[in-house]
Amino acid sequence: MKYMFIMRATDEAIEASKQVPFEEILNQMGAYNEQLIKAGVMLAGEGLTDLSEGSAFVVDFAEEPPVVTDGPYGETHELFNGFWIVQVASKEEAKEWASRCPLGPGSKLEVRRIAEADDFADFADNEYIKKEAVWRQELNQP
Amino acid sequence: MSEEAAAAVRRRIDALWRIEGARIIAALARATRDVGFAEDLAQEALAEALAQWPESGTPGNPAAWLTAVAKRKAIDAWRRSERLEERYRAMARDLEDDDGVPWVPLEDDVLRLVFTACHPVLSREAQMALTLRVVGGLTTEEIARLFLVPVATVQQRIVRAKKTLAAARVPFEVPEPNEWGARLGAVLGVVYLMFTEGYAATSGDAWIRPDLANEALRIGRILAGLVPREPEAHGLVALMEFQASRFPARTRPDGSPVLLADQDRTRWDRAQIGRGRAALRRCDALGRGRGNYALQAAIAECHSIAPSVDGTDWQRIVLLYEALGRIAPSPVVELNRAVAVSMATGPAAALAIVDSLATGGALGGTHLLPSVRGELLVRLGRAGEARSEFITAAGLASNQRTRELLEERAAGISPAPGPSPG
Repeated sequence: MKYMFIMRATDEAIEASKQVPFEEILNQMGAYNEQLIKAGVMLAGEGLTDLSEGSAFVVDFAEEPPVVTDGPYGETHELFNGFWIVQVASKEEAKEWASRCPLGPGSKLEVRRIAEADDFADFADNEYIKKEAVWRQELNQP
Repeated sequence: MSEEAAAAVRRRIDALWRIEGARIIAALARATRDVGFAEDLAQEALAEALAQWPESGTPGNPAAWLTAVAKRKAIDAWRRSERLEERYRAMARDLEDDDGVPWVPLEDDVLRLVFTACHPVLSREAQMALTLRVVGGLTTEEIARLFLVPVATVQQRIVRAKKTLAAARVPFEVPEPNEWGARLGAVLGVVYLMFTEGYAATSGDAWIRPDLANEALRIGRILAGLVPREPEAHGLVALMEFQASRFPARTRPDGSPVLLADQDRTRWDRAQIGRGRAALRRCDALGRGRGNYALQAAIAECHSIAPSVDGTDWQRIVLLYEALGRIAPSPVVELNRAVAVSMATGPAAALAIVDSLATGGALGGTHLLPSVRGELLVRLGRAGEARSEFITAAGLASNQRTRELLEERAAGISPAPGPSPG
């Protein structure tokens, strides 16, 4: 099974991290990533850029068409600023790895299991599930 | 203690062991120079954890705790040893002397462990079971579930493997330079065999056992991390990534197989294909050429990036199969080359290759040759011969799903339904 570790940080954590040399943060994160890679469990991982650079925006679907703004991020106090995807055998193994992440006070990891094909077994009416039924029939009638 | 608390500790230990097991056993094996004994010690330490942790809580550094307990057990065992060999007494003294110093495995220790678990004195089954146990950190129950065999069978394989290693006096060492290539090849072979057991189950009625394939892939990635300068380690990872990327499209909901040509390519795992390509690039970046696995990976890559069967670069696949056939000649490679030739050039040229294989008596007793021959005959319009090939193939298939697929193929060919085979 696959899990996503979603890194969330508060303003306070981001301020605190500025007291630590960036090189040190890089080294700690690098060592953590290396552990995940060498254990053969890391499938993907990315960090997101800082809001201050102005590349981020929000799409709000409250209206039709949706409204795109450069922010604000509303009431969000915990910003999503990076993720990992790992392949593990159990929730406990995901917990073990997530707990080893070198984050400090003010930071959190939200850990979620990634949906796989079996999770959609109840959606037999879906167009793409039906598509599968069609080619199954074609296969039986060569 | 409540059963629930004990079960929670059990799950925690299983998870920890997957992460730390290889390093702990490797450290123990370095100190004792005996992988079998190290594994016994580790199991005893795990049993003690299972007994104590539900009451005492999990220690802050579980790996260090387990190693310390195992180390104490080693000293006790040697003290009890009736043989009282000086060698063991000396080891016990050494272990006591460096008390307080945590045992930290060197990275090479895990590599030594891999080479020991895949040592050529062991049977294939023993190599796979031992590798999953000591390198993968799996329990006997988990291994039994992966191979669909009774727990007792796995236990027996592991006990026997440990005895064999001891009897053959297999050292806890990486191979000498003159043996390195062959021994590394053996390790890669064990990992790939494990993967193919999961990818195209040779027996039983399940076509794919993704859990087993995923474990093989994990061990392959660990191995590539241990020997990053070995192109074939990356080649093997690439090959497994490409093949595993097709799992979602490879079986129908009822578990029966879908052949490559009929797979819905939108269901291939693109992220996994990306990881396969990255692994193949790591192999190529070493600049030492492509070996057996990397060539197979390159062939798999051609399929992975093609929009359809017709849009596949079959000429390139033929070239890759030719190269593969020269460095690792095998009838299966030749048969696959024939399939590629049939797509690149036409069925007649391919049939000539298949027929020369048949004349040589290669692949007799398997369904592979008659099923490919059947497909080529269909394309050449020789329906009667084709049907009889599929019936022959169905009779030879050892996997229930494959047999059904071939029977369907035979029945679908002529206007009259084919006779049902034995």
